[in-house]
Amino acid sequence: MNPPVIEIQNLNFAYNRQPVLSQVDLVIREGDCVALLGPNGGGKTTLLKLCLGLLKPDSGRVTVLGRDMGREPGQVLGRIGYVPQDLSLNPGFPITALDLVLTGRLAPGRNRFGFSRRDRAAAQGALETVGLGDRSGWRVDRLSGGQRQRVMIARALVTEPELLFLDEPTASVDREWQARLYDLFLELNQRSTLVIVSHDLSIVASHIKSVACVNQTVHHHPRPEITARMIQETYQCPVELIAHGLPHRVLAEHDEAGGRDD
Amino acid sequence: MIEVLSLEFMRHALLAGLLASLCCGVMGTLVVVNRIVFISGGIAHAAYGGIGLAFFLGLSPLLGTVGFTLAAALAMAWISLAQKHRADAVIGVIWALGMALGVILLDLTPGYKVDLMSYLFGSLLTVPRTDLFLMAGLDAVVILFALAFYNQLLALSFDEPFARTRGVPVRRLYLALILLVALTVVLLIRVAGLILIIALLTIPPFIAEAWCRTLKGMMLLAAGLCALFTVLGLWLSYSLDLTSGPSIILVAGAGFFLSLATKRLGTRG
Repeated sequence: MNPPVIEIQNLNFAYNRQPVLSQVDLVIREGDCVALLGPNGGGKTTLLKLCLGLLKPDSGRVTVLGRDMGREPGQVLGRIGYVPQDLSLNPGFPITALDLVLTGRLAPGRNRFGFSRRDRAAAQGALETVGLGDRSGWRVDRLSGGQRQRVMIARALVTEPELLFLDEPTASVDREWQARLYDLFLELNQRSTLVIVSHDLSIVASHIKSVACVNQTVHHHPRPEITARMIQETYQCPVELIAHGLPHRVLAEHDEAGGRDD
Repeated sequence: MIEVLSLEFMRHALLAGLLASLCCGVMGTLVVVNRIVFISGGIAHAAYGGIGLAFFLGLSPLLGTVGFTLAAALAMAWISLAQKHRADAVIGVIWALGMALGVILLDLTPGYKVDLMSYLFGSLLTVPRTDLFLMAGLDAVVILFALAFYNQLLALSFDEPFARTRGVPVRRLYLALILLVALTVVLLIRVAGLILIIALLTIPPFIAEAWCRTLKGMMLLAAGLCALFTVLGLWLSYSLDLTSGPSIILVAGAGFFLSLATKRLGTRG
């Protein structure tokens, strides 16, 4: 069994006394590719932010790559990548796609006075990987929403992370790029552990190794299957499943015959 | 314009305006993109308390103002970090308290009252030589700070949470930023006066932002615009016998509306 990269023990977190996560225990091991599923407001983004040290737990422990993220995370941050959800931030801010990607090369105690040629090459390469090599000199707010999201992914790629958190990384890209990006994540997964928040069950199902259902509590299912029951448990209501585009398998065959999804 | 430069006070005024423009462009840009205009306004007004304190204690006005303004800025920065959701209210309190304290301390100071209008609205035409050296020194500090931490400042300004995940010491950097805003404010009191400073800090970067692809470019263009407004304002002030600070601000204001108009035309056309 691979060593754990994330260990969460008895975690509790509340915003203004409103509990968001309660009694969470979770172990994610090296090489895993976990999809976090759950309703809006269920605590998926909060869980990521706790793992990144952006939020501090009210009680319990979040250990990432051996480091207690409730304290000063320090050097370990250099080994973690992050694709945030919010793309609307700072419209009007003068920054080129290349410069934005380069901020991903920052790390604790590194690059205080500038970036090396190697950093620039890595940033340009990452932009090419997400199909934006010819946009490197463009202002980010002149790009489309989908292109902006791909720039954010490129920014996470140049961190060369051992562990990568992606918060709805393909919510605004078109179908074609969605598929290509998930193939890219699959390839990344050979070197890194991935934790992906997504609503896109159809594509997630074919690219992951395990599922964690997050709705104030967290249940980790170690198999790459999204069952109808799982969906209903996390959304807490009967769910009608509609697949867009070409017909493809959304749910695993299930001997419980899915219960109420008619 | 040329014969004007034979007057020493005009040469000083011009040089002071240009020196101030440099740090105005750099710090103003950081103020605008980090949306800390309000706290900067608070710092500028609270600085009046420092002027009052300096006269009351018989200190050099510049030293007293620097000390007091740094302290007020630290208090505001600390509150804005510790109590984010009510930071603006508390900043507003310190803003007014600083000014009130300044007025009362000056009331209590016996003897001749200095020309307080010059602190409120600027007095570029009476800049002494020593101030020029101080301004040059502050310019050096601000520019070194911006150069040394450019990438961290860029990351912090664009996406603070992400910057934190890259190990950027955002708290310390934010405090340093606020302290430099305080120093810049003290320096700009000469140019625009503490009531009008905020316009000089925000208008040039605001105009520059639309025309630049990088933060660096925005800083440079803002500094250039600030210098242009200062020189034009100074010339207007001299030739029409107007107060220099408000003249500079009105020129900057004209630039602001001109840029809004061209931006509208640009988006339509």
